[in-house]
Amino acid sequence: MLSVSGLTCARGGVPVLSDVCFSVAPGEVLILRGPNGIGKTTLLRSLAGLQPLLEGAVDYPEDQGAYASHADGIKAALTVTENLKFWADVHGTAWVSPTLPEVLAAFDLTDLQDRLGGTLSAGQKRRLGLARLAVIGRKVLFLDEPTVSLDGFSVKRFADWLRDQHLANGGCAVIATHIDLGLEAPELDLTPFKSAPDSGGGSDQAFL
Amino acid sequence: MKALLLRDLRLAVRAGGGFGLGLAFFLIVVVLVPFGVGPDTALLGRIAPGILWVASLLAALLSLDRIFALDFEDGSLALLATSPLPMEGVALTKATAHWITTGLPLTIAAPVLGFLLNLAPQAYAYLLLSLLLGTPALSMIGTFGAGLTVGLRRGGLLLSLLVLPLYVPTLIFGAEAVRRGADGLDPTGALMLLGGITAGTFALLPFATAAVLRINLR
Repeated sequence: MLSVSGLTCARGGVPVLSDVCFSVAPGEVLILRGPNGIGKTTLLRSLAGLQPLLEGAVDYPEDQGAYASHADGIKAALTVTENLKFWADVHGTAWVSPTLPEVLAAFDLTDLQDRLGGTLSAGQKRRLGLARLAVIGRKVLFLDEPTVSLDGFSVKRFADWLRDQHLANGGCAVIATHIDLGLEAPELDLTPFKSAPDSGGGSDQAFL
Repeated sequence: MKALLLRDLRLAVRAGGGFGLGLAFFLIVVVLVPFGVGPDTALLGRIAPGILWVASLLAALLSLDRIFALDFEDGSLALLATSPLPMEGVALTKATAHWITTGLPLTIAAPVLGFLLNLAPQAYAYLLLSLLLGTPALSMIGTFGAGLTVGLRRGGLLLSLLVLPLYVPTLIFGAEAVRRGADGLDPTGALMLLGGITAGTFALLPFATAAVLRINLR
């Protein structure tokens, strides 16, 4: 479903990862590992199309990629339901399946549905940010540290949703994380792909 | 696009800083002018078109930096960029939402303030019409400026410096249309040019805004 070959991606015009190759089949998860600064976020942003690739090719069905990072895009002045509904509307999914109560229950947000986004705690915001993934109907998820500020119970809930709802329905995911999600998934250590310090990419690359 | 427009309008109403702020600023600037130039009604009537247009320009400028900055900070902009909505559509929608929360209230309030400045009676229709034609261009050009400066710290001042020179043609023809209306001359030419500027900005700037947003999101 997702295949990456010979990918070189850059941060601020300097290549950080070179010649990354992997593929993910429907129903599979790939966990990205590596020390801080190795380029996990850069790789995920490149895959999601938020920044251009220096080299290589990324292939997945068009309009099926979704990106989620620590910035959840939650509006403080909108309620939990309104936040979710906005993202569903933007993506043109019509709440057929899963329904709103199902999504709220899956992410333990039922009691919070009429609260304003600004009054949620960090972990609750995170759960709402992850619930967005359930309503936009995208198959290929690029998740950057999805479990930051979640408690153990919520991590398990998220892993359950990913396994039972997303992967079971033919979706796939690439996840950068430092913790054990409890998913049986192959891991890809990015350390061997680190770019050589003197590799190309002039200073003007950032502007082209 | 409809969902984004409705969300932006709802945020403007709930979070404040939308409808009220620009309008109150407009009111205060226009009310301050007679204190500055003195109670000479003939003089006030003569400078009223220019004052009203400059004040609405500044009022529109006031809320520009919020167009993309808030969405950039909370990550919504990156999420919108990966959504099926094209960035051109995002830019157009943002400009429209800005016009509805700023340009439209200014247009509606301007005749009342024209009365304060002793504007000639025959000029009111042209004041309304020129603002209606011209303020959408202010929002669209401003959205482009906001896209250029999104992500910069203290980008607000830079935004003003970038955007105000681009407002000059709109200001010239907008104020000229009202002045000609007040003098009993035919303002059609100025109004048509004003409409042309607005149409041109809406045709071209969504693409430019989308391009600068993509660069700023990297």
